[in-house]
Amino acid sequence: MARGVLYPRVETSLNAGVDPAIVVDGLVKRYSGQEVVAGLSLTVQRGEVFALLGPNGAGKTTTVEILEGYRPADAGAVHVLGLNPRREARALKQRIGVVLQQGGIYPQATPQEMLSLFARFYAHPARVDELLELAGLAQVARTRFRRLSGGQQRRLALALALVGNPDLVFLDEPTSGMDPQGRQLTWQVVSQLRERGVTVLLTTHYMEEAQRLADHIAIIDHGRLLAFGTPRELLRGTSDTTVVRLRLPHALPPEQLRALSLVHTVRELDEGDYQLEVENPAAALAELTAWLRDHQVVLDDLRVGQVTLEDVFLQLTGRDLRE
Amino acid sequence: MTDVHTLPRALTAQVGMELRLTLRRGESLLITLAVPVLLLVFFSSLSIVRFPGSDSSPVGYLLPGMLALAVISNGMVSVGIATAYERYYGVLKLLGSSPLPRAGLIVAKVVSVIVLEVIQLLLLLLVAAVFYGWRPGGSLIEAVVALLVGTASFTGLGLAMAGGIRAEITLAGANGLYLLFLLLGNAVLPLDHLPGVLQAVARVLPATPLTDALRSAMTGGTLASGFGSSIVEEAIWGAVLILLAALTFKWE
Repeated sequence: MARGVLYPRVETSLNAGVDPAIVVDGLVKRYSGQEVVAGLSLTVQRGEVFALLGPNGAGKTTTVEILEGYRPADAGAVHVLGLNPRREARALKQRIGVVLQQGGIYPQATPQEMLSLFARFYAHPARVDELLELAGLAQVARTRFRRLSGGQQRRLALALALVGNPDLVFLDEPTSGMDPQGRQLTWQVVSQLRERGVTVLLTTHYMEEAQRLADHIAIIDHGRLLAFGTPRELLRGTSDTTVVRLRLPHALPPEQLRALSLVHTVRELDEGDYQLEVENPAAALAELTAWLRDHQVVLDDLRVGQVTLEDVFLQLTGRDLRE
Repeated sequence: MTDVHTLPRALTAQVGMELRLTLRRGESLLITLAVPVLLLVFFSSLSIVRFPGSDSSPVGYLLPGMLALAVISNGMVSVGIATAYERYYGVLKLLGSSPLPRAGLIVAKVVSVIVLEVIQLLLLLLVAAVFYGWRPGGSLIEAVVALLVGTASFTGLGLAMAGGIRAEITLAGANGLYLLFLLLGNAVLPLDHLPGVLQAVARVLPATPLTDALRSAMTGGTLASGFGSSIVEEAIWGAVLILLAALTFKWE
């Protein structure tokens, strides 16, 4: 069939002969001539939580919208649950759930009304009262959307994505603008979905979220895949280096720090805020602090730790995730 | 396999939601429901304007104009503004990723407009009959055709505005056009009361053929003539406006 022709490599590389949930191959999308997705390829296996990680403007949302069938691709091929998102949109929409980055709900409607409405759209809907319970919205089931707190609004958006008992859920920045409590609840729901075998594709610019939830992470920027792997794999490549974060009250030419023998790289994150990669941390710290003492540099903050995904991202893109 | 069962269910649920939300918008109800009734009462009770054929009561002349206003306000003002804000709030986008087909959403909007129009027409006819002695006349079929063609035209105009321009501008624009159609649409003021230039403007507006067609249909051609030419003119407007809506409509 068409799928075999388009994805010969994928068909042979599958584990247990199960089709992947999502296959993206050489995806390109241009907005007014500019490529926001520039030849992206990735595969999401069934039942896993997959995080698309990248800063704002990396092409995450556009990619997700193409996968949902909301936008056509300019080039490349996309298969979602074995379906073409544009040509087989009807069949696909019965099987996916979507959380938009923001909005999507009538301000004058209540959670009860919204969930009941969406339940009518699907062949095998979940029970509305159970979803209200799951999302912690039972108490406000009859409160109009615009009167809900920001966290409650986002939770309703999440519940709406689950009404159809989907096989695949797209979560576009699901916890941005959420209170800590809402974030915990969302993470719980994502874990529950994984336990039920639902595939989850989430976009985020929170490292902690990706590291905690995802089975696989794709780091993208400027519409390109920069790195891919499990959280552990992404960290492994760098695990022999230690990161030192140094904050000084006054800025200092980074070359002076770079001149230290045990310091590999110096990155100035902000004025007086440096991130150093070092080897042999004990010796490097001795060298560093001795130098600071000799030059009478006041020290505001000094932290030593293993590389985090945040550092990996910084290495790959040269910029901070939250820019 | 599942579409066969879910589509009718999805449509009725969406119509229910559209109606419920419309009834919740007090300011919109004021324009759509109250204004035509108040105008009917006002001009039927006070003889400020001398209406054609109003030997006994001006209601025979006024009522078709008020029915046209009801169609314009439901189709253009109510649907236009609501849809514009639904686009602004991302509602259209989320619905676009749900199994409700895009055409299904439009159908649901049209059905809910027709339901509200029927309620409003009954209210207007009741007021006209009970308080001003209006009695049915003319051709029911012609009147229904005129109402349907008018509904298509003005719902198309509302959707074209909602899909093509910003919500705030749609809000202002729809209300502005409503006032324009009220004054220059041959709904309240007979066109020959207007200065020549305004008459020329009024003749090319999409409201005028609707009021003419309705007036001709409901009076058996005595207060306005040429149902045929008016309805053709209105149908052309309808085709143009629906095409415009289809071309400009954006879901986000």
